[in-house]
Amino acid sequence: MRKVAIMGVGMTKFGPTEKSQVELFAEAAMDAINTSNIKPKNVQALFLGNGLGDFAEGQVNMASFCANEIGLPPETTAMRFEGACASASIAIKNAFLLVASGAYDIVIAGGTERALALSTSMATRTFAMATDSKYEEFSGLTFPGVFAMLAHLYADKYNIPLPKLKERMAMVAVKNHKNGAKNPKAQFQKEITVETVLKSFVVADPLQLFDCCPFSDGAAAIVITTDEIAKKHVEKPVYILGTGQGSAGSLGRQKDYTIMPSRIASAKQAYKMAGVGPKDINVAEVHDCFTIAEIVLLENLGFYDFGTASEAVEKGETEIGGKIAINPSGGLKAKGHPVGATGAAQVYEIVKQLRGECGARQVENARIGMTDTLGGDAGTIVNLILGI
Amino acid sequence: MYKLTYKQYFEALKEGKLLGLKCNDCSSYTAPPKLCCDKCGSTNTEVVTLSGKGVIKTFTVIRVAPEGYDAPYIVAIAELEEGPWLMGNIVNVDPDKAKMDNIIGKKVTVGAKVLPKMNYTPDEGVTPAFTIAE
Repeated sequence: MRKVAIMGVGMTKFGPTEKSQVELFAEAAMDAINTSNIKPKNVQALFLGNGLGDFAEGQVNMASFCANEIGLPPETTAMRFEGACASASIAIKNAFLLVASGAYDIVIAGGTERALALSTSMATRTFAMATDSKYEEFSGLTFPGVFAMLAHLYADKYNIPLPKLKERMAMVAVKNHKNGAKNPKAQFQKEITVETVLKSFVVADPLQLFDCCPFSDGAAAIVITTDEIAKKHVEKPVYILGTGQGSAGSLGRQKDYTIMPSRIASAKQAYKMAGVGPKDINVAEVHDCFTIAEIVLLENLGFYDFGTASEAVEKGETEIGGKIAINPSGGLKAKGHPVGATGAAQVYEIVKQLRGECGARQVENARIGMTDTLGGDAGTIVNLILGI
Repeated sequence: MYKLTYKQYFEALKEGKLLGLKCNDCSSYTAPPKLCCDKCGSTNTEVVTLSGKGVIKTFTVIRVAPEGYDAPYIVAIAELEEGPWLMGNIVNVDPDKAKMDNIIGKKVTVGAKVLPKMNYTPDEGVTPAFTIAE
C-alpha cells in the first residue's frame, strides 16, 4: 500500500442555491484542483457522492457530467457512490484504496446535493428511502423519527429523565451553532440558546426543529494522491492514516441501536489501520444529523463510555478548547447537510484544521483528526482518520 | 431459495398471522424474514407462525410526515416474545397522549395496516399495527 495524501480541497457555501448539482460540484472540484496546483487533465478518476439527485433534478449518471463539466479527458473513470448520507465518504474511501493500491495516482472525490429543490414532504420521503422500504418505511418512519426513537431508547436505558436529556441535546445544537457562526461556508451563521431549541416546534417527539439538521444544497471535493506527488505540489499534505466502513440491516434487526455494531466495527478498522485510539484524536467532524445522534456516536466511537456522553456535553468537553473538539465547522446542524456532499465537507474541515487555516474556529495544535459519517439508519458507516 | 418472501409475509400479516423464520441450527427467530437466520446466517430455517405478542421498547410521534402520510401518528418498535424487534404503528393511543411512561414497556399484540400503492412503491404496503393491551 502506498502512503496516500490529500492535496487541495474545495467546498461551496452550504444553503439555498440556484445552481445545479453538477455546477455545485464543478465549483468545489475546480477549487480543489486549483489549490492542488495541478490541471484538470492530471486527474485520472472522479468519484462522486450523491444521494437524492434522481429526485431533486431527475438526474442520474451524474459523475460523468461532472467530469465533463470541469474538462476531464475522455479516458477519465467517473463513478457515483451512493450510501445515503455517507455517499461522499464512501467515494473518498474508495479513492484512498485505489490510490494506495497503485491503480490511480490522482483522483478527485467528493459529493453534491440539492435537497432544497424538493418540497419538505418530498424531501422527507426521499430521506426516508434510506430506511428499509419493505419492512419499515410503510410505518411512515422519517429520519427525525429514527433519532426520536433513539432519544427515548437512550433516556429509558440509562435512566436519564427526558427533560434533562433534552436540555443536554439542546446544548449540542447550541455548541454547533456557536461554531457555525465562525464558519463563512455554514448555512446558519447564527448563535442560538437552549431556549431557542426548546421553544421550536416538535418534528418527531421528543425532537424539536432545532434538534434537527436542515435540508441543504452544496458540494465539496478533495484531491487524493500519493505522498510523493503531494509533496511536489502543496506545502502541507494531509495524510489519510486510516479508513473504516461498516454495514447493518434494518433498524429492527439492529435491536438496541444506542450501540451500533456497524459504527463500532468501522471505527475499530480505522483506528487499527491508523495505529491510534480514541484518545489520540484532537478534532472530529461527526454525523450530528440530530442532537441525540452526536451524543450516541461519541460513545460508539470510544470517546466516552456508554451512557456518559450527554453529561460530557453539558460540561463543555466537546467544545473547541475542550477535551475533544467535536464539529468545529458547525457540524451538519449549523454548517448544513447536503446529503451526498457531507462526508467530503467533513474531510474539508479536518484538512483545514490540521493545516491551521480555520481562523476563529481553529482547534489549537490539532494533529490528528477523524470523520464519522452515517448513511441511513446506520446501514452504512464510514470513518476516516487524517493526520499531518 | 427463499422460504418466505416479503410478499408472502405481507399476505399472511394481512390475515392476522405474523410469520417468521426459526433457525434449525441456532434456534433463534428472524422476523421480518430474510434469506438467512439473522443471528447465525444459516439457511437451514423453517417458516413458523409467531405469537404476535411483544413489549414496546421505544416510540415517536411523527409530526412532519413524508409524502403520502398524514401526521400525527405513532411509530414504535416492539420486542417480540420470540426475540426479534419489529417496527410498526401503535393504533389505539391518541398521538398527543403518547409519553414514555404510558408507552415504553407496555405489552402489545400485532395486527396489520394496509397502505395503497404510492409513488415509488411497487405495490401496496403492509405494516405491523400494534394494539396496547388494556
